[in-house]
Amino acid sequence: MGIADWIEIGRMDELGRMDTPVHRIDARAKALVTLAFIAVVMSFPRREVSALTPFLLYPVVLLSLGRIPARHILKKILMAAPFALVIGIFNPMMDRQPVAAIGSFVVTSGWISFVSILFRFVLTVGAALALVACTGMNRLGAGLGQLGVPRVFVVQLLFLYRYLFVVADEGGKMMRSVELRSDGKRSLRFRAYGSLIGHLLLRSMDRAERVYRAMVARGFDGEIRVLQRSSFRWTDWNFVCGWLVFFIVARGWNLADGMGHCLARILP
Amino acid sequence: MHVADALISPAVGGTLWVVSGGLIAFCARKVKQTLQDNLVPMMGVLGAFIFAAQMINFSIPGTGSSGHLGGGLILTVLLGPYAALLVISSVLTVQAFFFADGGLLALGCNIFNLGFFPAFVAYPLIYRTIVKGQYGTSRAWVGAIIAAVAGLQLGAFSVVLETKASGISGLPFGTFVLMMLPIHLAIGVVEGLATAAVVSFVAKARPEALLTTPASGASVSLRPVLIGLAIAAVAIGGVASWFASTHPDGLEWSMAKVSGKEELESPGAGIHESLAKVQAKTAFLPDYGFKSTEAETVPSEHTATGPEAWPTVSAGTSLSGIVGGLMTLALACLIGIVLKARSIQRVHGNG
Repeated sequence: MGIADWIEIGRMDELGRMDTPVHRIDARAKALVTLAFIAVVMSFPRREVSALTPFLLYPVVLLSLGRIPARHILKKILMAAPFALVIGIFNPMMDRQPVAAIGSFVVTSGWISFVSILFRFVLTVGAALALVACTGMNRLGAGLGQLGVPRVFVVQLLFLYRYLFVVADEGGKMMRSVELRSDGKRSLRFRAYGSLIGHLLLRSMDRAERVYRAMVARGFDGEIRVLQRSSFRWTDWNFVCGWLVFFIVARGWNLADGMGHCLARILP
Repeated sequence: MHVADALISPAVGGTLWVVSGGLIAFCARKVKQTLQDNLVPMMGVLGAFIFAAQMINFSIPGTGSSGHLGGGLILTVLLGPYAALLVISSVLTVQAFFFADGGLLALGCNIFNLGFFPAFVAYPLIYRTIVKGQYGTSRAWVGAIIAAVAGLQLGAFSVVLETKASGISGLPFGTFVLMMLPIHLAIGVVEGLATAAVVSFVAKARPEALLTTPASGASVSLRPVLIGLAIAAVAIGGVASWFASTHPDGLEWSMAKVSGKEELESPGAGIHESLAKVQAKTAFLPDYGFKSTEAETVPSEHTATGPEAWPTVSAGTSLSGIVGGLMTLALACLIGIVLKARSIQRVHGNG
């Protein structure tokens, strides 16, 4: 985590507050479809690549109809990539069974599963980021509550999100003052670390106490009331059903392969 | 050590979702029962504090690297296990939403690995028995380090089990364990030191902050631990038996997998096989190669003795796969560009 990450969260927050057809779709619908998407993508056998390609359509459509800048999402995907890369790179090393040859270059099944892991990573992370960017934390939280996530947990999510910026700002200020006093060295000595973080903790707790008093003064009784939209509209149903049908079709038949065959027939 | 979606199968992800969902519901009920109103903003702000604390690093002498607070243990010390599990879960959820750290399918796994172990195993069984409320003494340091190491080791081991059970990574079990556990031993020591440093500061500067730990923390019993493990065992057993029935050689397969001797077809076979059946029944245009995926899996399902033969790859099918795949990707991007152009146009048209 660095300071730049905070700007990034702020940016996602801005994107989530926009008003486009995709943003207007019920948060529950988007959350369920995205979850189904990820489950279907991950249900393919480990060396599948071509059958996965049609699934790129879902994040791409969400992002483009939601007018989310693709570069922003791509950057986030790249930043999150190392873990999947590190674990995935062992596949080509462990699994050297040759499966095909392109000219003199032999493709092993390990490389195919590696490519499959990376592509799945792009798909799943892209879909999750698209969901958040097209929904925003507040709507998403309310939707989760309506889906039956325990109230205390939804309230906790919204509270955490609301105070992220405030506490991070506090932490940022403390770090800046440390940097100003520490001669250009970036990281702290351990001795200073304990008391610095301890101070940050106490300040945060004090703030929580003040927040609590202010809330009680305004009638807080232990429950946050989230504005709820009543019902699913037609567009929401269409969104859910349309995508689910697409996922089932694309899971059942390898659309990309079929397209390749058609093309091979047309162009002799 | 967040598990990513791309390495988790739906069966494993779904199982851990159920387990973690149950844990969250259980903790939510407990917190509600013992609720002091001021716990609500306190939990929210402490979650935010964890984020802020993670951006502040300290240098580890002699190594040139730096460490920071992970957060599971200190949250449990401050809030007690029930509230802490909720806070950790919310932190992990926000990380999954905004940073793609971990993923949505893997969220259940991550909550279990990083929340359950520190809150319900390391804290009540290790930290509390060693420290016994003497936060300013060396007991607190020893307790924090051992508890943090134990929590992270259990979490890291469970990452290995989950990844292995998903069968998407081909990394052998032994290598994976040898890779994960030592790294997390080091991370655990750093985490323990950082936790102890903060706790001992708070104990000096404002002892009452530690004493006001809500009552729920004081009376933690083994019950939630046992319940959590029991739910996990039953759920995993259920999934495993489901595999065993749809995949006759499931166990043999996993043994072969672990010993790294044979390379067979991936799991997720339950869903996969039933979808393949549906596909076999409904396949249209069979000579277009639509059935090729079915051909891949069915033989390995039945014969399953030798290493999986890479399916009936004729040059034709693999070429059509590559060409078709590239075309589909291009088409998806094109659709995106067109949709975006149109929607922007509409906005400008309206405005």
